[in-house]
Amino acid sequence: MLTKRIIPCLDVKEGRVVKGVQFVDLRDAGDPVELAAFYDEQGADELVFLDISASHEGRKTMVEVVREVAGKLAIPFTVGGGINALDDMRTILRAGADKVSLNTAAVKRPELITEGSDYFGSQCIVVAIDAKYDDELGSWRIYTHGGRKPTDWEVTDWAKEVVKRGAGEILLTSMDQDGAKTGFDLALTKKVNEAVSVPVIASGGAGAKQDFVGVFEDAQADAALAASIFHYKETSVEEVKSYLREKGVRVR
Amino acid sequence: MIGIIDYGMGNLHSVSKALERLDLSYFLSEAPAELAKAEGLILPGVGSFKDAMTLLKEKEQEAFIKMWVRDGKPLLGICLGMQLLFEGSEENGSTEGLGFLPGYAKRFTGEAESGENYKVPHMGWNKLMFQQPDHPLLQNTEEGHVYFVHSYVIDTKEEDVLIATSDYYREVPAVVGHKNVMGTQFHPEKSSQLGMKMLENFGKVVAEGSKKYE
Repeated sequence: MLTKRIIPCLDVKEGRVVKGVQFVDLRDAGDPVELAAFYDEQGADELVFLDISASHEGRKTMVEVVREVAGKLAIPFTVGGGINALDDMRTILRAGADKVSLNTAAVKRPELITEGSDYFGSQCIVVAIDAKYDDELGSWRIYTHGGRKPTDWEVTDWAKEVVKRGAGEILLTSMDQDGAKTGFDLALTKKVNEAVSVPVIASGGAGAKQDFVGVFEDAQADAALAASIFHYKETSVEEVKSYLREKGVRVR
Repeated sequence: MIGIIDYGMGNLHSVSKALERLDLSYFLSEAPAELAKAEGLILPGVGSFKDAMTLLKEKEQEAFIKMWVRDGKPLLGICLGMQLLFEGSEENGSTEGLGFLPGYAKRFTGEAESGENYKVPHMGWNKLMFQQPDHPLLQNTEEGHVYFVHSYVIDTKEEDVLIATSDYYREVPAVVGHKNVMGTQFHPEKSSQLGMKMLENFGKVVAEGSKKYE
């Protein structure tokens, strides 16, 4: 049976990793290629690169980064951030990424999901969803623009919509938990996972290796994504995996 | 020299990068006259079975590949490329494949025998169980995890072609082969050390030539 996936996420700005791994003996802790190789060695199942460059130049640099990473890495990787059109997807996928992740652009123009999935196959199209609990709504509301802009979408409605349109996977970030380091949002993850038939990657809130058990066992996520907990050596991919193995969760 | 068949479907980049890392020389081409100069061929592919067969016919690669196999030269299909080695697929009605191996590609039903619903595609890392550990592709490897992404799965009654299998609510043929025709359902180029080792092994098969299958 499939194993649960552990996915470190790297933020890349103008071709450099920000909040990079400070602790290991790397020649250059800001080099995305070197960090990718490091996580591959640690047993990461997949990687996500989030391009947070603001400039056009920065985006062009990202394509170079993708090309280099693809040359070195023997595990799948996803690239998100700033992908607004079919052409952007083509550029990133041609450079060697396995999947692209859409967020704001998908909410603005949901047809983009369908176009991407028809053209490249749904296995290449991840839709990233940023959700925050909303008392008025009695559920989670979708936000865009890096969590700054609320939308009218309720999370399960939007999740079903993106799957109907051809999304092959959902990267679900809990804005309430993100950065809090008190664990994943199990209720949110479970709710979305039960609503759709594609894999769900839970993100936001990982603070310790113990947090990964609940997100897999209770919320039944297919994968879990974390950033700072790995970058700042609060734990390692290896450590999380051996802990999960001990707890009877199937991992690679 | 390994020839990668470019027929317009699939992530040729990642396969070729993997061969580069292994120091295996290769070239990409869509022209049978060029591909004929290779000692081994890789048929990659992602997407629709029907589109793939249409393209292989249009580019006159189908006849060339059939001749290649008849001549006993090594061929490795990856993912959709592996499924194309079989008799056909149920996708969009029914499409005939290359027919080197017995069996058909069928869609995962999404419902287990127990009635439990499961997710399709089969996406992620799953464990290989070796059925023929002595096969050239499995030399110096151990059972481990590899990366799958597929919605269709090969259904075959011929156990002889199963070199390694995996389990996803049913048996999943993962490494298949008969003589000089081989295939992997998963992506060896995305399957870390185990996948890379299998590509390296294919490189050895190619280097040793096709004699052993005669």
